[in-house]
Amino acid sequence: MQRRFPNKILPYILVLPSIVVVIIFLIIPTIQSLYMSFFRVSPFGDRLFFVKLYNFTKLFKSADYIHSLLITLIFAAAVVVLGLTIGLLISVVLNQRLKGLNYYRTLFIWTYAISPAVAGTIWALMFDPSSGPIVYIINSLFGVKLNWMMNGNLALVIVIIAASWKMLGYNIIFFLAGLQTIPEELLEAASIDGASSARKFFKITLPLLSPTTFFLLIMNMLYAFFQVFGLIDIMTKGGPGNATEVLVYKLYRDGFINLDTGFASAQSVVLFVFVAILTALQFKYAERRVFYG
Amino acid sequence: MKQKKSKIVLSYIFLSIMLVVIIFPVYYAFTMSTFNSKEAYSFPPRFLPSTHMWENYKTAWTTVNMGRLIFNSSFISVAVAFAKITLSILAAFAFTYFGEFRGKFFFFTIILITHMLPLPIRIVPTYDLMRSFGWVNTYYALTIPFFASATGTLLFRQLFLTVPPSLSDAARIDGAGPIRFLFNVLVPLSKTNIGALFLIEFTYMWNVYLWPMIITNSNNMRVVQIGIKMLLASEAQAADWNTIMAGTIIAMLPPLLVLLLFQKTIMEGFSLKEEK
Repeated sequence: MQRRFPNKILPYILVLPSIVVVIIFLIIPTIQSLYMSFFRVSPFGDRLFFVKLYNFTKLFKSADYIHSLLITLIFAAAVVVLGLTIGLLISVVLNQRLKGLNYYRTLFIWTYAISPAVAGTIWALMFDPSSGPIVYIINSLFGVKLNWMMNGNLALVIVIIAASWKMLGYNIIFFLAGLQTIPEELLEAASIDGASSARKFFKITLPLLSPTTFFLLIMNMLYAFFQVFGLIDIMTKGGPGNATEVLVYKLYRDGFINLDTGFASAQSVVLFVFVAILTALQFKYAERRVFYG
Repeated sequence: MKQKKSKIVLSYIFLSIMLVVIIFPVYYAFTMSTFNSKEAYSFPPRFLPSTHMWENYKTAWTTVNMGRLIFNSSFISVAVAFAKITLSILAAFAFTYFGEFRGKFFFFTIILITHMLPLPIRIVPTYDLMRSFGWVNTYYALTIPFFASATGTLLFRQLFLTVPPSLSDAARIDGAGPIRFLFNVLVPLSKTNIGALFLIEFTYMWNVYLWPMIITNSNNMRVVQIGIKMLLASEAQAADWNTIMAGTIIAMLPPLLVLLLFQKTIMEGFSLKEEK
């Protein structure tokens, strides 16, 4: 028996729509990005000057860009650590036999469906310097008045909180799915041998969960690098100063506000290197599971 | 035994605290959307809903032409989800049911590459391309660039590989062609995955922000996510949080409804059993 229809032309017709879309809207523009990164556009946008690696040297000599790169790395690391630890903790507790568990699960995963822009608006309200409830609570507990419009580090912390909160539902979905694959007999056998919960967690659950964790690590990194534009645009517009100007935001500003096409393209190329590394890691170390999202 | 009971109590306490942390911001956003402007700025803040919900939602709705924005967001989300599902089923079918054909690996790689090219790394040329097509401010620009799906293609390919070959054999013996086999056998078998993918892609498109912001500038073509930004901007002096939150609540509801609607499907799709 074999799963095969003897048809020579049909497979090409079937893949054609996908291939056309990928080539026209993904591959060609990416090659153009790469090409444009070696050029400068004249002020009227009508002529191109080949400038070799000028855009790249400019990039890495620019204190603003280095700052943006650093901010992005801090932001991504924090979102990954916060989102994964809290997500894992909740999932492990959720994975027990508890009454009303299904309701609990639904209540925990819905932030998956919230957009970064919505998350940004809601958290901007929570920390609104004049009337935000969290600002009020912290003020009445500690007598400190938080104002992130003035304090860059605080602004960064707050966008990190908002971004991790939004990603929690996603992390919980996949951790729960991963936990389901761990055979219960294994944990029961360990219990009979007198292993403590902590020991079972670190010796059995965590190692068996590492493919899921690795997958989530990559997905959270991609999220922190590429999908937080709306959140930043709504909450801080990269400010105060440029305290929260992550790479995508800087790229947008240089490409569409300052209209420095070559410079923006060079930034695209750097971002591409990041995706390439993350994707390569994903394929090399994680099981080849389907990417969702 | 005793220790176990205390552990369960602790679990409930922990989960309840985490629930408050997760739900409170949205609860407060909703509460805010029921205040009048005086209550919105009361200090200390109020934590219980008031009675001005209707007027805030009306203001939000009319300030940014919300009806049109919701139509646009719904249209592009459904269109993209539908197209992605269709295109990826077709491609996955080609990759699993026609043996080796020339260029198969090449095509497969090209579709997988979709993952490596997120919009920001090709945004300037893509924008230029749209302009040269005359697609700025059109549904074409808002949808077509998103049509290919590596996720979907991989998902359906994996699924088709688990379908016993005897099924396609039987179909062939019955004289059914590949297209009929696809629609009468494979598509019904893929219902759960189609549901899960619909949820994922619908939510993704509903929540897209950067691309619609760049590629549209007429108020008729804006989407709900940009509507939030417009609400924030229209209340520039002092943010009128009550109106803004009314708009925000409207913007977050559709994907949540789809999530609830597909909840069972998604649990199965992600292989989360109902009971452990």
